[in-house]
Amino acid sequence: MTSLVNKTSVKAKAKNIFSSPIAAFAAWVIAILWTIPTFGLLVTSIRPEKDINTSGWWTFFANPNISFENYTQVLFEGSTTNPPLFQFFFNSLAVTIPAVVFPITLAVFAAYALAWFNFKGRDFIFFSIFALQVVPIQLALIPLLQLFAKGVEIGGVTVIPDFDITGTYIPIWIAHTIFGLPLAIFLLHNFLAQIPRELIEAARVDGAGWFTLFSKIVLPLSVPAIASFAIFQFLWVWNDLLVGLTFGGGKKEVAPMTIRLAEMVGTRGSGWELLTAGAFVSMVVPLIVFFALQRYFVRGLLAGSVKG
Amino acid sequence: MSSLAILMARKTPFDVIAENFTLLALALLSFSAIVFLIFLLGSRSSVKTQEWLKYLVFLVPALLLLLIGLIYPTFRTLIMSFMDKESETFVGFDNYIWAFTIPEINVVLVNTLIWTLTVPLISTLLGLAIAYMTDRMKRPAAIKSLIFMPMAISFVGAGVIWKFVYNYQPREGQPEIGLLSAIFKAIGLTPPNWLLEAPLNTYLLIVVMIWIQTGFAMVVLSAALKNVPDEIVEAAMLDGATAFKRFYLVSVPMIRATIVVVLTTIMIGTLKVFDIVRTMTGGNFQTNVIANEMYSQSFRQMNYGQGSALAIILFVAIIPIIVYNIRQLRLERTER
Repeated sequence: MTSLVNKTSVKAKAKNIFSSPIAAFAAWVIAILWTIPTFGLLVTSIRPEKDINTSGWWTFFANPNISFENYTQVLFEGSTTNPPLFQFFFNSLAVTIPAVVFPITLAVFAAYALAWFNFKGRDFIFFSIFALQVVPIQLALIPLLQLFAKGVEIGGVTVIPDFDITGTYIPIWIAHTIFGLPLAIFLLHNFLAQIPRELIEAARVDGAGWFTLFSKIVLPLSVPAIASFAIFQFLWVWNDLLVGLTFGGGKKEVAPMTIRLAEMVGTRGSGWELLTAGAFVSMVVPLIVFFALQRYFVRGLLAGSVKG
Repeated sequence: MSSLAILMARKTPFDVIAENFTLLALALLSFSAIVFLIFLLGSRSSVKTQEWLKYLVFLVPALLLLLIGLIYPTFRTLIMSFMDKESETFVGFDNYIWAFTIPEINVVLVNTLIWTLTVPLISTLLGLAIAYMTDRMKRPAAIKSLIFMPMAISFVGAGVIWKFVYNYQPREGQPEIGLLSAIFKAIGLTPPNWLLEAPLNTYLLIVVMIWIQTGFAMVVLSAALKNVPDEIVEAAMLDGATAFKRFYLVSVPMIRATIVVVLTTIMIGTLKVFDIVRTMTGGNFQTNVIANEMYSQSFRQMNYGQGSALAIILFVAIIPIIVYNIRQLRLERTER
């Protein structure tokens, strides 16, 4: 019976079964379930404080009362000991930009070397970096912190806080750079190794040195891969709590938004009007990046985890 | 020192931002200037010089950072795990004995085990199911984006989102503002104090991690499903295999390698989870996990010995995954 069915109709049937309305319906139900918690947070953040504490956010649609008071309060009201959230927003930016630029630069360099230089021990180094990807940063925290502190003791006799690098962004940048390197090198290496050998060799024959080869051929070709990893590292650094907490030295002047938000949860556990608005402020940049550049993000994710 | 503190306290947020961005600009400028100069010098140097200079410029900086920032600290942590809290005298296996005998730490280890077993399994299963359901759909982008979205949210942000879902309202007669409590009341049940009740609270925190990781599993697995050739699925259809049989007898075996990658990736992420627990319960009410306890021991109790021992235990749990990954990579390379 089946042997008489021609190929196109089987294909059509396969499509029909897979895209059955039941499967589509179930997928939509899951997607909506997945979004409700975030949606509830967003709705709550634009309700007046009184409404938030006396009724569930879902009653908003029966009785829509919009107020942006929560946002102005959480963003701009504060004291010198408890700075307003907008300062932390800029702190997050100041942490994130170099913590994305530095590791990518160093990783592109290293990936280029590992992909195109012929030297002894190349495979060993590559495999070691691959293994380092999953080493938990918890292992490095205390010794690395002590290293930063000791470096200062050697540098000067009187330690002046303003010139001391603990408590500035520098340790946070360096830590993020180090922790981001293994994955960055691995991803970019996989990409750079796919550049056609003929292209590299032709350029070499034409007399291009290793530096010219990098800036004229390898770098322009690796822009998509760099973009993919940049989004990765951006989301990772922006959303990080542990590195900021440990390498920021507990200073409010350098603390990223995640630290402030975590602090708010701890101290005013029930101030939902400020917590929901604050949480949304901290989420808005990564969400924009995510939705605008999802394609690159997915590509990076797949390069890192799907083999072959 | 005190006058300095007053001086610091007088700074307005704008002063702080201005200072921070000056440092930021300075750092970025000097970094790009150095890179530019090195390239200028490198490209002008002779072919012979370039042969060794290329290693110095391209390879050595990254390797040096990894050596100083990851490899040396790992060994140092290993040594510190055999020393006392100030890293002054050796105490043998005391810190490990402490970790495996103190009841509070046993709770931590058991919780971590529950996390690392449930999160990867459930996230991968859910992700696989969604990937399969949307595989032949005409416009799956919206569905996938919504399920994938939590990946962009910080663990702290996710903690706030879900803490609000789990909000408990102790006063009698007051309306519920937490979604879960409201649902419970609507169907006639009395909501428990969600985040205070063990072992329920641990599973509620696990839900947050599953919520985040399912999108990752879905994206990676649906890319793998796309690579399964249509012909094979069609052949199975011609042989009369039902949709369910086609799924677990044809599609799943064909993407087995990817499933393992997803499972192990999520497992490693889950072992290191710290922010969710810290934000939602602070590790109290028997919800603590190893990464959070490691932080408390090292940076609150200032006990470097016990903190390091916990970090090493975490690392040992990951070693099998590292070994497995390396073997897989080796296999792939020889296949090429």
